[in-house]
This record gives sequence, C-alpha cells and structure tokens, in this order.
Amino acid sequence: MSNDLFERLGGEAAVNAAVDVFYRRVLSDDRISDFFDDVDMERQAAKQKAFLTMAFGGPVHYSGADMRKGHAHLVARGLNDSHFDAVVENLVASLQELNVPAELIAEVGAVCETTRNDVLGK
Amino acid sequence: MTQLYLNDVTYQCEAGETVLDALTRQGVAVPFSCRSGVCQSCMMQSADANVPSAAQHGLKSTLQALNYFLACSCQPEQDMTITLADSSERMLPATVTAIRQLNDEILCVGLDCPSLKDYRAGQFINLYRDETFSRSYSLASVPADSYLRLHVRRLPDGRMSNWIHDELKLGDSLHISPPLGSCFYLPGDPEQPLLLIGTGSGLAPLMGILRDALSQQHGGAIHLYHGSRDVAGLYLVDELRELASQHPNFHYAPCISSGETVPGYHAGRAVDVALEAHPDLTGWRVYLCGNPNMVKAARKKTYMAKAKINDIYADAFVASSQ
Ligand SMILES: Cc1cc2nc3c(=O)[nH]c(=O)nc-3n(C[C@H](O)[C@H](O)[C@H](O)COP(=O)(O)OP(=O)(O)OC[C@H]3O[C@@H](n4cnc5c(N)ncnc54)[C@H](O)[C@@H]3O)c2cc1C
Ligand code: FES
Repeated sequence: MSNDLFERLGGEAAVNAAVDVFYRRVLSDDRISDFFDDVDMERQAAKQKAFLTMAFGGPVHYSGADMRKGHAHLVARGLNDSHFDAVVENLVASLQELNVPAELIAEVGAVCETTRNDVLGK
Repeated sequence: MTQLYLNDVTYQCEAGETVLDALTRQGVAVPFSCRSGVCQSCMMQSADANVPSAAQHGLKSTLQALNYFLACSCQPEQDMTITLADSSERMLPATVTAIRQLNDEILCVGLDCPSLKDYRAGQFINLYRDETFSRSYSLASVPADSYLRLHVRRLPDGRMSNWIHDELKLGDSLHISPPLGSCFYLPGDPEQPLLLIGTGSGLAPLMGILRDALSQQHGGAIHLYHGSRDVAGLYLVDELRELASQHPNFHYAPCISSGETVPGYHAGRAVDVALEAHPDLTGWRVYLCGNPNMVKAARKKTYMAKAKINDIYADAFVASSQ
C-alpha cells in the first residue's frame, strides 16, 4: 500500500487503461449499476478514476471522514457489503482482463478492503 | 450564507444557491443562457483564489489561473469579491451576410465577423441580442469559408430563435462571443473511424466536423447518422448524398424515428440505427450533437459499445430553463 504499488502497476497510464474497462463493467452489472447511473457520465467516470488511483496506491488521499461523507447518500439508498463485494469483483475482473499479475491484483484488493467500513458508514 | 462583493455593493448568497441565482434574485443583470456550465456566458472573475473547482469546469487553464469562473455553477464556499468578465472581450461585432431556409424550422444564418478567424469547425459561439441576452449556436462552417454559418432551429415560444427567424435581416449588426467548446475534429489519427450522430440542428457542428475531417484528408471511414422524426425534419440531404458520392470513405445515413418506412431513409432513431450497423466501437471516435436526452443516452450506448470515454465528444444543445 505504498506508491510503489502504483509504480508497479504502471502509474497513471494503467489507471487510464483500467477506468474504461472497469466503469463499463460496473454499468453492465445489474447488482450495482443503479448506484453509478444516475448522474453525469463524465463526472462519474472522473470519480471512478479517482477511486482507481486510490485503489492502486496512487497519489490521492481520502480521509475516512471524506469516504463516509462521499458515500452517505448511497448508504441511505441501501448500499451494503454485497454491493461493495460486487464492485471489488468487477475491479478484479477488469485487472484480469488487462493481464495484471495476480499478486498485484491481490494488493489492490487489500487496499480496497481498508476502505470498506468507511464506505459503508459502519 | 456567504457574502458577494460586486462593484462595492454586498449581496447575500444563501446556502446551496449559485452566484448567478443570488445576483439575479437581487436584481443584478448577469448574462446567462444555459445555466448548466456549458455556454460560458455567465463568466465572472474573483479577486481571490477561492473559487470552487466545479465553477471552473471547462474553462481554459489560462482563465482558471486568473480566477475566472461560471456564475451558474458556483456555490461559494466563502465570501467572494467578484466582477463581471469584460464585455469587450466577450462580444465581437458581426454582420449578417446570408440567410437561407434549410427546412420548415431551420434557418441557416451567415455571419461575417472579422475578428473571429481562428476557430475549429464544430465549436460554438454565443449570439447576443443585447448585453445580457444570448444563446449558443454551433459553427457549421470551416475556417476556409468566407463567412460563419449557423443552423438555428425555431422552438415554439423560443425567444431568441423566433427573433432570429422573424426579425434578423441581411446587413444587420450584432455581437457574438469568441468560439467555445471542445467538440471538434482533431487531426493526428487519420485512419481512426469516426461516428457522427446528430438530431435536428445537431447537424450543424457535425457538418463542420465532417468538412474539416474531409479537407484534412481523413482516411478512415466517417459515418454520419442524422435523425429526425420525419423526412421534413431533416435537411441538407441532397448535399450530404452528393458529398458521400464524392468521398468513398464518407457514409451518410438519414434516419427517421416516426415509424414510417421511406425509401432512401433508415427507420429508427439515429443512435439505434448507428449501433445496429456498428455494434463494436473499439477504436472509434464518436461525436454526438443535438437534443440533450439523445446525447445523454447515446453517450452511454456508444460507451457500452466499447468506445473509450475520452473518444466520445458531445455537444448537448441544452435550452435555458427558467
Ligand atoms: C453548446 C450549445 C450549442 C447549441 N447549438 C445550437 C445550434 O447549432 N442550433 C440550434 O438551433 N440550437 C443550438 N443550441 C440551443 C440554443 O442555444 C437555444 O437554447 C435555442 O435556440 C432556444 O433558445 P430560445 O431563446 O429560442 O428559446 P427560449 O426562449 O430559451 O425557450 C426555450 C424553451 O423551449 C423549451 N424547449 C426546449 N427544447 C424544446 C423542443 N425541442 N421543443 C419544444 N420546446 C423546447 C424549453 O423548455 C424552454 O422552456 C445550442 C445550445 C448549446 C448549449
Ligand atoms: S455557463 Fe453559466 S449560463 Fe451557461
């Protein structure tokens, strides 16, 4: 969970490649697409890019409080562990599609896991 | 609540209120049109660097650095000292040099604007009826043309569009803004296939983009889908068929969505007809112009068909709501 992971994944170029694949998967996944579909698509894509940069251990820093505030409206709409798992699943599948080595995918998954409680407001 | 200081007067801005709403509520005449951060006619400047970033979305970086912002997209986080952007830079004099009816509801207006030579086909300008009343129109011309061309669609009760249709005459003087927007052709990848989808007067920027691409020797396929409810809503059909016969890489598909089948026209919405013919848009560049709901739906559909987000360019013709 250091900048090192970000470098090993390929930095910003890797984020740019992954965001298109990831966001398309999320929008096609009926379990979670509703949470991502209601606003301006470009803005939503920019948010996914920030999320991936964070998950890749890159230079964006959210405090736990930011995470809680940013997702509170989704939690109010019913966002729960199963949705969180589905997002991570889509992220893993996207990285597999992009041929990212399994060890690195596991590290990305671990970074995501650290945000679970804040995202879900627990 | 925050305070706005403008020309030595203090105005109140309620929580959740934009600078534009606060000022107009308190009787200040601020120019505006789209109210959604697109047309830039409500541009103001802050004396300090305390502008929320959402209020600078789409502004050139030089303007951002000078603390310019869009009043309609600015919910102040702190008190702000502000001024209106200088009208001499915002408003360029122009003369009406051509008027031609394109179909029952769309008029082509030609403008000569000596101070505006440097633009990209497909960008838009704001046309001013007076200092504070403007609307955005896309440029259907290319810089090599002798004058600027707009395609203006008459909307029922539309204040600007009816004025343009009914009152504007050859030789009239008016003002327009410098060119805005980033929905235009970029050379650099001459083999990339291009998909152009527009409804109604959304053909205007696509016409500019198409002619620009052809004149820059774009070699990849260019597919234009122009949609309307019925045949009468389409226009420049013969010109586009002619262009298609001259350029083997250019394909033109006029589409009508009313359900009728008419020989020579595709039945269905332009975006659906396009995606049926091209279900996989991997590697394509996409341009979407016209009706905001069409643009929104088509952005998602073309993205799901594997166009990259950064390869989708769009101009939604949002109307001013008030
Ligand atoms: C970037 C951009 C580019 C644009 N380019 C063009 C262009 O090239 N050509 C062009 O014709 N327009 C274009 N527009 C739209 C244009 O700026 C005006 O919004 C439009 O001409 C209406 O202005 P108006 O003053 O006549 O109508 P207004 O007096 O502002 O009234 C508009 C009213 O009509 C309603 N309305 C909106 N759409 C419809 C509809 N389809 N049918 C019935 N009612 C409707 C709205 O709810 C609103 O109440 C563009 C807009 C943007 C933001
Ligand atoms: S950008 Fe503010 S009114 Fe159009």
